[in-house]
Amino acid sequence: MTSQGEAVLSMEHVSKKFRRGEIYDSLRDLIPAMVRKLGRRSPPGILLDKEFWALDDVSFEVRRGEAFGIVGSNGAGKSTILKLLSGIMKPTRGSITVRGRLSALIEVGAGFHPDLTGRENVYLNGTILGMTKEEIRRKFDEIVDFGGLREFIDTPVKRYSSGMYARLGFSVAAHVEPDLLIVDEVLSVGDYLFQQKCIDRMTSIVKGGTTVLFVSHNLHAVSELCQRSMLLENGKMLACGPTDDVIRQYVGRAQDQRAGEATRVSIEKVAVRGSAGLSTQFDPGENTYIDVAVAAHERVSNLSIVVQIVDNNFYSVFDTCSSRLNDGLSASLEPGDRLECTFKLDMHLAAGTYHVNVYAHEYVVERPFSTWRSAASFFVSETRFVKGAANLYPRLQRFQLISVHSGNGSRGRLQNAERALLKEPVARR
Amino acid sequence: MTVGVAAAQTTTEPQLAPLPAPTRLSGGLGSWLGEIVARRDLMIMLVWREIKVKYKQSVMGFLWAILMPALIVSAGVIVKYAYASLSGKPLQTSDVISVAVRAVPWAFFVASIRFASTSLISNANLVTKIYMPRVIFPIAAVLSQLIDLAIATLVLAVFLIFTGAHVSVQMLWLPLLLAILVVLVSGMAIFLSAAALFFRDVKYIVEVIMTFAIFFTPVFYDVSMFGKWAHILLLNPVAPLLEGISAAVLGRPTPVGGWVLYSAVTSVVGFVGALAFFKRTEPYFAESV
Repeated sequence: MTSQGEAVLSMEHVSKKFRRGEIYDSLRDLIPAMVRKLGRRSPPGILLDKEFWALDDVSFEVRRGEAFGIVGSNGAGKSTILKLLSGIMKPTRGSITVRGRLSALIEVGAGFHPDLTGRENVYLNGTILGMTKEEIRRKFDEIVDFGGLREFIDTPVKRYSSGMYARLGFSVAAHVEPDLLIVDEVLSVGDYLFQQKCIDRMTSIVKGGTTVLFVSHNLHAVSELCQRSMLLENGKMLACGPTDDVIRQYVGRAQDQRAGEATRVSIEKVAVRGSAGLSTQFDPGENTYIDVAVAAHERVSNLSIVVQIVDNNFYSVFDTCSSRLNDGLSASLEPGDRLECTFKLDMHLAAGTYHVNVYAHEYVVERPFSTWRSAASFFVSETRFVKGAANLYPRLQRFQLISVHSGNGSRGRLQNAERALLKEPVARR
Repeated sequence: MTVGVAAAQTTTEPQLAPLPAPTRLSGGLGSWLGEIVARRDLMIMLVWREIKVKYKQSVMGFLWAILMPALIVSAGVIVKYAYASLSGKPLQTSDVISVAVRAVPWAFFVASIRFASTSLISNANLVTKIYMPRVIFPIAAVLSQLIDLAIATLVLAVFLIFTGAHVSVQMLWLPLLLAILVVLVSGMAIFLSAAALFFRDVKYIVEVIMTFAIFFTPVFYDVSMFGKWAHILLLNPVAPLLEGISAAVLGRPTPVGGWVLYSAVTSVVGFVGALAFFKRTEPYFAESV
């Protein structure tokens, strides 16, 4: 949203120290440990033996009505941030300010008791999440319908499947109406449809003016939900800004780490061009060429080139392989040889940003000799008529109103509908 | 990638209520207590959960509430009988009543401490995953035992009516004595639940002490039987309460008024100290479970 919004949450220079290993391992250590525990903690500025920073000088702020994402690999400190914000833990240094009622979805179904029925657990879990009994009574039907569990609501949850359990948990959680909602990874529950439902629910929560802080490995979900995000690595904040930029940086870093295996074969060049030369912008349907050049440093046989196109969320939308296109023909290279190939594609992707990944493979073998991710990026320009991942070139063959009313009103209505449809912007962002 | 949430919002932003004042996540004692009061629904739910779970799928149901006191009474009657035959005096009804009225609050005391001291550990997933004023857990544990106490008291009252006990003014002591007992138990519960989180030994120490504590507490006997050593037994803050309860039910004036005051002061000081300890250690719960 806009930058004028009030800060609902802010973290200033927050650090959190953890200790590896056992707190105390012998009776001899017990007394000093006890003193440390109950009396003063170790000095906040210094790392003692076996201690490490789970968070190191992290500052950010989330404004009202904003959805803010946190991405990073395992152990980056994401959950620690959420726990500090929700008050479960206290920072070693720095200060945290929260305005309004905060509710944290760090685990769905927390506090569910297996012997209690779905209905009883809705009340129990709801109050644990901070709702009052009255609030739950009001929203009960909504909650049950959201999870689609009406017929099982009086069954003890120990008889539920894990999917049902999670669905009920999310349904309760999604109906808490806090000023600030903290969500950790809970969207990974349920089947695809339910996940989509969760995202939709989160979107409507955000639209309703609730501030959301969202942590997930699901980059697709983060980019769908959050305008701004933060990238964490080893407790340090590496980037903070528009989600797309942050995700690109995150994935870019992940790729940097994967590169550098190219000892036998290396990818030298990847270029994307249109009929008129190098280009990053394509119109729907335009001819697109991807040039790839690889060099062999050792003798290799059965070399084939795989080109993959991923969308902005790094979901694969397309991939092809030179050997498959070439009736299984692959190349054998002597040291110093180069292989150049060009793929010609018809750009039937819908509008958006795409990235090209290139792999040099020994055909059939899984492990590539060399990988170059995001070797090139290009954009497909918008069309007014299509949304989604692919452009299937729709043509309206029939659009006829069959009216049961006589008279001349029906024709007018059809025209209005048509005009309204055209006025509706099909823009993607 | 699809619906631009941000774009859709700028024009149709709803009129929002003003934000509450910023809260620093480490308020004073006042805000801490306020928070606990604000979450009373949770407390009620947790009590309700304990009761519901205890009586669900159990054949005995509410009989569980009187099983433990009944066992203690039986043991007490055996001890009293042995004592009576030793001293040559016949076993009197008042002896049985005395044991019974001491056994019920004692059962409450033991069960509350046992149950509450593990209340944080057994709710570890909530302690580490969701924020709430955690002191609710030990308090809810005590409250759920209080319900068992109520049931047992009811049964005891029926028993007393059958044995022909009569109502006396001295019974006015009972609410006060019980209130002191609840404060005492709550303080211990709050302290032990937090301590058990940091040191697993606490759980076993509590088990051992609770198993043998009945010998150090006047349940099967009166402190008066110990003559000049009675004062040492009364140092146990539960002792004056049980003595007082027994006397009140039997219609006698409380023999240990000063000691009841001692119990009350100990309980209140202990309770406040336990709250302070709990509040101080609470930020480290999630890391120490």
